Amino acid sequence: MLNRLTDSLDFQAQALSLRSERQRLIASNIANADTPGYVAREMNFAQALKEATGSGQPAATLVSTAPGHIAGNAGGSGGTFSTLMYAAPSQTNLDRNTVDMDRERASFADNTVKYEATLRFIGNNVKTTLSSITGQ
Amino acid sequence: MSMMNIFNVSGSAASAQSQRLNVVASNLANADTVAGPDGQAYKARQVTFQTELMGANKNDPTAAGVRVSNVSEDQTAGRRVHDPKHPSADADGYVTYSNVNAVEEMVNMISASRSYQNNIEVMNTAKSLLLKTLQMGQS
Repeated sequence: MLNRLTDSLDFQAQALSLRSERQRLIASNIANADTPGYVAREMNFAQALKEATGSGQPAATLVSTAPGHIAGNAGGSGGTFSTLMYAAPSQTNLDRNTVDMDRERASFADNTVKYEATLRFIGNNVKTTLSSITGQ
Repeated sequence: MSMMNIFNVSGSAASAQSQRLNVVASNLANADTVAGPDGQAYKARQVTFQTELMGANKNDPTAAGVRVSNVSEDQTAGRRVHDPKHPSADADGYVTYSNVNAVEEMVNMISASRSYQNNIEVMNTAKSLLLKTLQMGQS
């Protein structure tokens, strides 16, 4: 019974945790803007959310063609590593650093707003549940 | 709490950038020093950054901080000026100044301060997001 109340929150909770992970990823890119040889990474959010909520195929799985084959996950054991991609460099740099600060700043602002939106979805969901319990 | 790591990542970057700023300051301060008694003038210094993974899982590429891997000295010869009356002039009447290029150092300084500001802004945003997360479901 109780899990029915919280099931609807699960999706938003997954989205929130992925948003915070993306926030950290963009923060790492911004932090390494001056590191020689650093390659900027970006998350495929839609794919990551599909995987996290179990409604899609993982991005990189091994195809098993014989019954003896083991299922493999190319991204390692950790959840969202497989959805990480290298950002396409827009301007070449002498030290092979591919961080584009304008793009990173834009993604950071975008992710901040969407994180707050997810927070508000959860807050309103809780409020709705509470008001349906108290009936007021 | 994966957001907590942002403070480690951005904090390490801010600390690395401030070290870079420090090196620029000593280069600029020594831009006009002449060769000391050992005949060696001040040599411009330069920091090198390196990525440092700081997540709980050591293979996690999403928590990549920065550290200063080494501080190297510029080995090019210093500026030599003919000034026989200078107390530090050598036998041929030349004074050796440091090899600091003031223009390069100013550019370096502006770049370091902009990167520092960027990281502080990232930390501020992460802080306000975390505070809002703490108030989840209360309003």
